[in-house]
Amino acid sequence: MYGVTQEQLDKIDELIVSDLIGVGVHSVIVVDVAGNVIAEHDNGTTNIEVHAFAALAAGNFAAVDAMAQLVGEQEFSLHFHKGEDESIHFSKINDDILLITVFGNDVSLGFLRLKTAEVIDKIKEMWQTTEY
Amino acid sequence: MGFVNVKKQEVLVKLVYYGPGRGGKTTNLDYINNKFKERIKTDMVSIKTHGDRTLFFDFLPVDIGKIKGFDIKIQLYTVPGQVKYNATRKLVLKGVDGLVFVADSQVEMREKNISSFNQMKENLVSMNKDITKIPLVLQYNKIDLGEQGVPLLGFDTMEADLNSELKVPSFEASAVTGYNVVNTLKKAISLTMVSFKQELL
Repeated sequence: MYGVTQEQLDKIDELIVSDLIGVGVHSVIVVDVAGNVIAEHDNGTTNIEVHAFAALAAGNFAAVDAMAQLVGEQEFSLHFHKGEDESIHFSKINDDILLITVFGNDVSLGFLRLKTAEVIDKIKEMWQTTEY
Repeated sequence: MGFVNVKKQEVLVKLVYYGPGRGGKTTNLDYINNKFKERIKTDMVSIKTHGDRTLFFDFLPVDIGKIKGFDIKIQLYTVPGQVKYNATRKLVLKGVDGLVFVADSQVEMREKNISSFNQMKENLVSMNKDITKIPLVLQYNKIDLGEQGVPLLGFDTMEADLNSELKVPSFEASAVTGYNVVNTLKKAISLTMVSFKQELL
């Protein structure tokens, strides 16, 4: 069991809103590898069932990690699924936490990767998982 | 690992239904989904094979109300029961807070129950969890088949096979009719919440 302080969550929320939602990302969900939702934000145009999404995302990430090991990789640290209108980008913040963004065609993948990498660096700087 | 979100005032709890293939894990969740429709805001997520067997997991989030101002969200998962899917079972067990082991009461399933139970123990050990410490409830499912003349193992035999050392709560049940499905869940939730409280103190 673990928790995150109010201050840490506020800071993560600020970063997500300013650096990701602010540049056109439709929805951002931070989940842990057990499928728990840590933070969620959207621009008001999406309607994703976040708890189911988080469970599937964590399962998907774990499955792809297992595939990585089968081909001799330690991990695939980012995953990307391309849709016609919406695409999903997954990246690892640390061993326990994933950052998932849902975005449309108006945001380029390269730009999104740049922004998520920046956000992850900033979150890592302040993140401290508190084990009880 | 349960997750306490102080900002949203919520506690997320992961309960996993484990057990041999075709034992009724998904049927338990189906029953809960139908019974508590008003509390379940989302559709049950199932990743199945074409033959309707669970391939990855089923997922069902249930809100059970508030404790000291915190919303308690119980996230129910099943694992795929088929022997060949152990890698997937391990993935689903990640971060588990409480377990329900669904055993099949049919005589012919005796060995499968025992081997699935032993594998669950091994999987927990591989993720540094101790089966004597994790909240666990046993469910001896399919007792309704007894009425149709199917030979059943009986409560005492199943206790001796699975529960002689652990002595955790156990229920005879029928996931198809709903008998003791909710009692199993309630017990698993209450054990898990007590264990959370102990961790926090």
